[in-house]
Amino acid sequence: MKKDLLKNIQEKLITFPSFTWLLIFFLIPTLLVVLISFRTSDPFGNIGVGFTLSAYSEITNMSFLRILIRTLRLSFLNTIICLLLGIPVAYAIARMEKKWQQNLMLLIIVPFWTNFLIRIFAWKTLLHPEGFIGQTLTFLRLIPPGTPLLYNEGAVLLVLVYSFLPFAILPLYAAAEKFDFQLLEAARDLGSSGIQSFITIFLPGISVGIISATMIVFIPTLGSYVIPDLVGGPTCEMLGNRIARRVFTDRDLPRGSALSTVLILAVMIPFLIQILVRKSKKSGKISAVEALDK
Amino acid sequence: MKDFLIFENLSKSYSNVAAVKNISLAINKGEIFSLLGPSGCGKTTLLRLCAGFETPDNGRIILDGADITALPPEKRKVNTVFQSYALFPHMTIRENIAFGPKVAGKSKKEVNYEVDKMLALIQLEYEADRKPAHISGGQKQRVAIARALINKPQVLLLDEPLAALDLKLRQRMLIELDQIHDEVGITFLFVTHDQTEAMSLSDRMAVMDKGSIEQVGTPVEIYESPVSSFTAAFIGDTNFLDGWVTKIIDKEYAKINIDGIGKIICFNDRKLKAGDPVHVSIRPEKINMSKTEPEEHRKVNILKGVVENMVYVGTSTKYWVRSGEWLFTTQKLHRRYLLDETPPKWDDDVWISWHADDCYMLEKYREADEQLLTIPDIEEPEDDEPNLDEDESSQENIITDEENKHEK
Repeated sequence: MKKDLLKNIQEKLITFPSFTWLLIFFLIPTLLVVLISFRTSDPFGNIGVGFTLSAYSEITNMSFLRILIRTLRLSFLNTIICLLLGIPVAYAIARMEKKWQQNLMLLIIVPFWTNFLIRIFAWKTLLHPEGFIGQTLTFLRLIPPGTPLLYNEGAVLLVLVYSFLPFAILPLYAAAEKFDFQLLEAARDLGSSGIQSFITIFLPGISVGIISATMIVFIPTLGSYVIPDLVGGPTCEMLGNRIARRVFTDRDLPRGSALSTVLILAVMIPFLIQILVRKSKKSGKISAVEALDK
Repeated sequence: MKDFLIFENLSKSYSNVAAVKNISLAINKGEIFSLLGPSGCGKTTLLRLCAGFETPDNGRIILDGADITALPPEKRKVNTVFQSYALFPHMTIRENIAFGPKVAGKSKKEVNYEVDKMLALIQLEYEADRKPAHISGGQKQRVAIARALINKPQVLLLDEPLAALDLKLRQRMLIELDQIHDEVGITFLFVTHDQTEAMSLSDRMAVMDKGSIEQVGTPVEIYESPVSSFTAAFIGDTNFLDGWVTKIIDKEYAKINIDGIGKIICFNDRKLKAGDPVHVSIRPEKINMSKTEPEEHRKVNILKGVVENMVYVGTSTKYWVRSGEWLFTTQKLHRRYLLDETPPKWDDDVWISWHADDCYMLEKYREADEQLLTIPDIEEPEDDEPNLDEDESSQENIITDEENKHEK
């Protein structure tokens, strides 16, 4: 008992610095944001006295709802596309020789060596009506000259996928690399076709990677701000752009905080799902232990 | 039915290294056939070719009269038990076994009925809802077999299925495998590097080396009359001697001159003539060893030697006896070790003797195989005894010798 207590204290001491760090720089600011969202504002950008729900009045606004739905839609599509592209890539890389695996993973990380903003500006140039992609497609008669490729939802989604795909591939590859590919042989041996085996055996086998990739892509996409700002323009605002406008242009901190609070809640949805999934898995394990006791 | 599964001139190489070289083999329906050989001999490749995980560069595979060479694994009526079992970790035991019939589109009721039957066969009814991670190695092994058998394959392929188990469990699983085979009557193609496993389980076996088949036969045939020094050395222990034939006596026996020993007599099973070079092999357990000089006999070879080394392995003691420039391996079975056996010790002078019918001539001879034998290794010789006793009793001359040996 004493030993356990000592161990408990030791554990707390070890986690103390990181816990304090998270408390001061993460939890308290987040709570402040939530707190400010319930305050009043004055025309000079200061936070007023008293509490009110007026900052949340924007939520019922149709234009906000459109932005919220667009944000969720783009995040969802981005996650799905990243998974659809990332899973076959991770599978292919994991099946290669070790030497090639390392080289290809290096190639996937190479884009990070260039600044993120510069890469987004590169896409602006590429997608410009006079740019390489527009010119090529026009030359091939696939689109009429002068078709706008920039400043629409498609452009935002394209650049989102481009930016987040490596983040999806990394956890997917990490899981696929640990996967025992003989299981696929076993599945085919038992009569299931190649694609069937891939779905019934490989995908459950890398479920940890799929969950990580989903979180890593979905959550940052919800809060993305630079990409829709640069390639989306005013017609494709996402939640992040609206928050920035409230804070920088309107200098209305409570309204910006209210939108941020909505975003925090949206971010927490996948977390809650994950916790629920884990809980159900744990209870499954407990029943296995119970079966053992019988 | 003869020739149920036929390999026809099969070849397969990986990046210019030949794993299987022009192999032809016919396996009968319902038999347990073993592919035995050291690692890298191509036995697993042959099995994978049969399962459909690899495509041969050349040759055909015929199963029950149909050419299956080009069929993908899921279309072949064969199932594999993998060395690492390859159970699906996210499924329960029941789901693992049900995988095949489910994929085949059987109704839920049918699947449940068949799975229950399989669970009863492997005696794991109470573990059905556990995940593979929560059962023991031997249980996993049984699940892997059930998962394959439930599909009623025409041939069950077993890739070193017992390699991951400890000795006692391996012996038990060997018996269980044999019982399962008796119950289901399916053809088993069994890959192993363990000669004990192969000999105790197989109806017939093929000894493989470097991508080719050295010899095909029943365990008795292969042990008692190996054709090459590789087979002789790989299956059990043996002693190699080389020399040349000096003359033929009694029409069927050859007098052979061995450097450093003198003349010995050996049954002339290769019909050699005087002057031919010859390689002779004698199994250790067929050499009788005594501290007193045995009686002369026309067809018994008697040599004087010195005990150079001995290893006690429980049921018997293994001896290395030097005679001239040759080192002979022999063994002495213990019956009354603690009471009145007085076994020879190091540096004791002993006589070794064996009957001319008990040594045999080899077709091929390789230095490398002899090297295998010079390293003293402790193996369990008792597994080969049953065959041995049968053979010995049919040879009248030896009976008295054997009796003497055991009684001493």
